[in-house]
Amino acid sequence: MPRDAAVLPAAPAARSGFALPRETGWWLLLLPAFLLMTVLYLAPILQVLAISVTEPAPGLGNYERLLTSPGLQRVIGTTLRICLITTLVSLLLGYALSYVIALASPRARRWWLLGVLLPLWISVLVRAFAWVTLLRRQGLVNEGLLSLGLIEAPLPLVWNEFGIVVGMVHYMVPYAVLPMLAAMREIDPRLLAAARGLGASRGTAFRRVFLPLSAPGLVAAGLLVFIVSLGFYITPAILGGGKTLMAAEWIKLQILDLVRWGMGAMLATMLVVTILTLLGVFSRLLDLRRLFGGGR
Amino acid sequence: MTGGHPAGPLARLLAWGTVLYLLLPITIVIPVSLTDRRYLSLPEEGLSLQHYARLFGSEAWLSAIGQSLWIALGATAVAVAAGTLCAIGCWRIGRRSSELVRVLMLLPLIIPGIVYAIGLYRWFGWLDLLDRVLGVTLAHGVTGIPYVVITVSTALAAFDPRLEQAARGMGASLGQTLRWVILPRIAPGIASGAIFAFIHSWDELVLVLFIASRRVLTLPRKIWDGINENLDPTMAAVAVLLILFTILLLALDGMLRARSGR
Repeated sequence: MPRDAAVLPAAPAARSGFALPRETGWWLLLLPAFLLMTVLYLAPILQVLAISVTEPAPGLGNYERLLTSPGLQRVIGTTLRICLITTLVSLLLGYALSYVIALASPRARRWWLLGVLLPLWISVLVRAFAWVTLLRRQGLVNEGLLSLGLIEAPLPLVWNEFGIVVGMVHYMVPYAVLPMLAAMREIDPRLLAAARGLGASRGTAFRRVFLPLSAPGLVAAGLLVFIVSLGFYITPAILGGGKTLMAAEWIKLQILDLVRWGMGAMLATMLVVTILTLLGVFSRLLDLRRLFGGGR
Repeated sequence: MTGGHPAGPLARLLAWGTVLYLLLPITIVIPVSLTDRRYLSLPEEGLSLQHYARLFGSEAWLSAIGQSLWIALGATAVAVAAGTLCAIGCWRIGRRSSELVRVLMLLPLIIPGIVYAIGLYRWFGWLDLLDRVLGVTLAHGVTGIPYVVITVSTALAAFDPRLEQAARGMGASLGQTLRWVILPRIAPGIASGAIFAFIHSWDELVLVLFIASRRVLTLPRKIWDGINENLDPTMAAVAVLLILFTILLLALDGMLRARSGR
């Protein structure tokens, strides 16, 4: 009987009769993840959105502070400035790296990729610790420069915006490389060879052929880096030394130290809304499923 | 793309500089961990393993490592079970509605950890899961699901759906098809997802800062306290061990990929 079923296609009527219970089985597979995700992930996040308009009093009072509180505006300004600088620097470094990797031989490419992917998976705490060791007042960089006589007093390299950007760019370069490299590897190398053959200089071939073709990857990488940077907590908290406040640390301050749930939830909501809006706008321009490894 | 058009000197210089910037600062913790001094510095008169000895002799550090390990293993189990089944379901149903489910599963990669952390702080207060191993394990498990969904989906993309149809056509139940046809073929993808879910939990700090305080003290939390309170070379020794551990896990993942590629 089973063998018959394999050899002979089932009658259409029988097939449609079986379709429903079979489908149900597959839907059941989604159930554990769906339940976990709604009860333990979505619910707490929706609650944050709710708190932002109900505490301390119902209404948009917390959001009004966006327009009236200079302290809050300063935090938002700092966050946007640091994220923009981080994105630009990460894109520049990541672009050069992707370009070289895309043009390298398969053997060399594997080594380059290792150099990019290894830091990606090393604990963000370990990296922040390494940067503190290097950059603080009595750190190795300052001691080295002092003993060489290049500087007379230690440079303020950490516990300020400079330190934060150094640490954040270090974290974000691999994120910038991955989408750009994916886009660059789809560029036909013969196009560059053709451009050179037709008399274009290396610079012209790059500017007129390679750069425009790699632009979608560049935009996708910029979006990814900016979005991830917005919510950064650990790196700015350690390398900023509590003096330069970014959004995530400000939220933590409101909730754990000042117990002002409404304000913390309001900025958290703003973060989510900003990120989802950016994704929504750019999903019209880019295949976001590829960016997040969704599709195939 | 290869051949015919090597990158120019400026691009190569910048690329080399960037890779050194990515790798060198991390390696600095190795000499610092071997210093013969009692403060953060390079070794001056000789190498010393005293900071490693202090680390392994410390009840507090060992207990933090143990607690992190158990939580990460539990979280990985949750993420792998839920994520694998979900990826298979979405792959087989393959409609807009299941596509939505998959987007939902990827949310933890998009929404900042701090937002989830404050939400969970309140939510777990109600569920009485604050400062409990179970709570941290569940939170890490849920946020580990996306890694498993991604790697398993990638493995499934290379899987011929007709094999599954043939198995069902020959009378295999859904359970049998899963057990004997689908799971063996995507095992490397599941293992990869498990490794990344494990690393995710093992390194996670933002959630722990909010939902754990005294009873649950994971390794990242201990490192965080160390960085904020006393910067000493023991921290560098921990960092070196963590780096080695990460390299080990990534090598394992590379081996799995190489084997499934054949």
